[in-house]
Amino acid sequence: MTALLSVKNISLTLGNRKILDTVSLDIHAGELKVLIGPSGAGKSTLLQCINYLIPPDEGEIYLEGKKINGQSNAELCHLRQNVGMIFQDFNLFDHLTALDNICLALVKVHKLSKAEAQKRARKELERVGLANRAGLYPAQLSGGQKQRVAIARALAMDPKILLLDEPTSALDPELVGEVMAVIQDLAHGGMPMIMATHQMDFVRSLATEVLFMEHGVIIEKDTPKVLLAEGAKTRTLDFCSKLHIITNTSNEE
Amino acid sequence: MEFTDLAFYLERVIPKLNKGLIESLWLIIPAALVGGAFGIFMGVLRVFGTKWIKKIADTFVAVIRGVPLTIQLMILYFGLPYLPVVKIYLDPYQAALLGFIFCTGAYQSEYIRGALLSIKQGQIKAGQALGMTKFQIIWSIIIPQAFRKAIPGCGNEIIYLIKYSSLAYIVTHIELTGEAKILVSRTFRPTEIYLIAGCYYLFLVTLATWILHALERKLYIPGFGKANS
Amino acid sequence: METLKTIIINLPYILEGTYITVLLVVGALSLGFCLGVPLAIMQVYGNGAIRRMVGLYVWFFRGVPILLLLFLFYFGLFNVIGLNLDALTASGLVLGLASSAYQSQIFRGSIQSLPMGQFKAGSALGMTNAQIIKNIILPQALRLSIPGWSNEFSILLKDSALCFAVGASEIMARAHFVASRTYEYLPLYITAGFLYFLITLVGIRILRHVERKFAIPGYTLSV
Repeated sequence: MTALLSVKNISLTLGNRKILDTVSLDIHAGELKVLIGPSGAGKSTLLQCINYLIPPDEGEIYLEGKKINGQSNAELCHLRQNVGMIFQDFNLFDHLTALDNICLALVKVHKLSKAEAQKRARKELERVGLANRAGLYPAQLSGGQKQRVAIARALAMDPKILLLDEPTSALDPELVGEVMAVIQDLAHGGMPMIMATHQMDFVRSLATEVLFMEHGVIIEKDTPKVLLAEGAKTRTLDFCSKLHIITNTSNEE
Repeated sequence: MEFTDLAFYLERVIPKLNKGLIESLWLIIPAALVGGAFGIFMGVLRVFGTKWIKKIADTFVAVIRGVPLTIQLMILYFGLPYLPVVKIYLDPYQAALLGFIFCTGAYQSEYIRGALLSIKQGQIKAGQALGMTKFQIIWSIIIPQAFRKAIPGCGNEIIYLIKYSSLAYIVTHIELTGEAKILVSRTFRPTEIYLIAGCYYLFLVTLATWILHALERKLYIPGFGKANS
Repeated sequence: METLKTIIINLPYILEGTYITVLLVVGALSLGFCLGVPLAIMQVYGNGAIRRMVGLYVWFFRGVPILLLLFLFYFGLFNVIGLNLDALTASGLVLGLASSAYQSQIFRGSIQSLPMGQFKAGSALGMTNAQIIKNIILPQALRLSIPGWSNEFSILLKDSALCFAVGASEIMARAHFVASRTYEYLPLYITAGFLYFLITLVGIRILRHVERKFAIPGYTLSV
């Protein structure tokens, strides 16, 4: 079976610093891959390379077995329509309401009529529990609500796979739960996802594979059961136990 | 100040000043439109141009902003005919209009530049991540946001233009201020006539301010443009 | 060569105009400051009637072009009230009055940007309103106003070139006078433009020095 999306040996150098060093990964239907690692490890860059927001220097990306060359704009737009992205700092369009944030790309990219787009957008807002916030502008929403709108915006495009770049790290602790609940629903529904996160309870219970990154390299990868087993001598567990002590965020709700 | 002879004002002053007002509007409106377009063009060049284009545009704007408009108008009107090789003769209207276009364009480009620079990288990335094309991102995200951010500054600049249109008098183009000056030289009633002419400008400026505020209200988005939105 | 000679011969005469321009601008800025601060305070803390009157003053002086104000006051109002002023003094007064309207809005913005807690803290210590304004509000508001004030300086400097229209013998007037006698229009106007550029640079440099001198570590406009 061909992977839904595969990343083969991608590298990226900025100045004389290697941000990514021959990183590879595959994701199949129904999988949830989690990226863990210290800040500056290259998780965010890797995610942005996958949909060519940052074009990698070397290596290839295949969407459903088809190679993406990164040459034509049409090809890149096609890739990005199929790969949804959730940013750490939401990046909602500041001049549009929650509803219009979702409608914009539906109308412009998927060429839906305005009415169809709105219908679709409302459905997605309902799914993330924000049906009654449709008319509000980003500045009128809490951080958690903003991120849920961003998720709805990505889902409305019917992506085949979702990339999530630390979706809860810019949120106040009490708002993390509502966003994680939405993501959990997606995982249960079988949405393939690659996600950078430090929400360890979520990782333990739902991740199909954990990838531990450091200095632009994936240095460990396995199921959470193996990497995070009690007493395992892994970098992952070492890192996560420190994380637990420092931030005390692994025991959410 | 005798306000008894109403006929004097109605028959001699008001018609002349109205004529001057029309002349002023013939300066203000074209200068605002062309100068605005010029300002947008320069602003875009100053943000997206190559290194050399940026340098040239920046220098042009710095010179225009650093030198009094009076001197610029004098150069255009009195100076250009004495150029060494190609002698350029502008009539007073052309000189004034050209000076206003350069001046207002240079100032407008500052606001356009600021507005474009203030758009966060994340907004563009989010558009890309949704598969939007470059053109769609510019049209649906960058322009609406930049437009809203530039409006207060650009509108203010138009109000300045209304007031500085009186400088056309200096290059002998007779508009509102010029008409008032001529009237005074014939009637020797400076206080009344200049006050009435002042009211014309106050009316224009107040009207422009009012339209600008209405536009800002219409385009208002809660929290947009605040530091932490 | 002829051109250069003309400029060099007439340079002392034009440079004397620089002195007059600087005098004009410094005088007008000072007058604008002395009137602008109380105007701002009245507009922020005054009662309805006072606020409306200040509003009217600001509306008038910001709405009428400087050139027309110069004509109105120099040829009209000053004579009506029995003041017989020379062109330079009259120009300085008019620029100062106009500048006070603009400056009051700079100061008003700064005062209003201060957190309410500053005033409350003063009251809680038993200070009178006047004491609070003088010792707490103004020292902060004026510091915050310096950037806006530098801007006002460069605008006023450029506006001062208009005073030649009522016969003040500043840079522009002198350059124009020499130009119309020698027909070296372009070189003389460019020389004048250069002088204005130079004064702006020096002025901004001085104001930046002032800003640094009065700076309080870590105290900036919180945006």
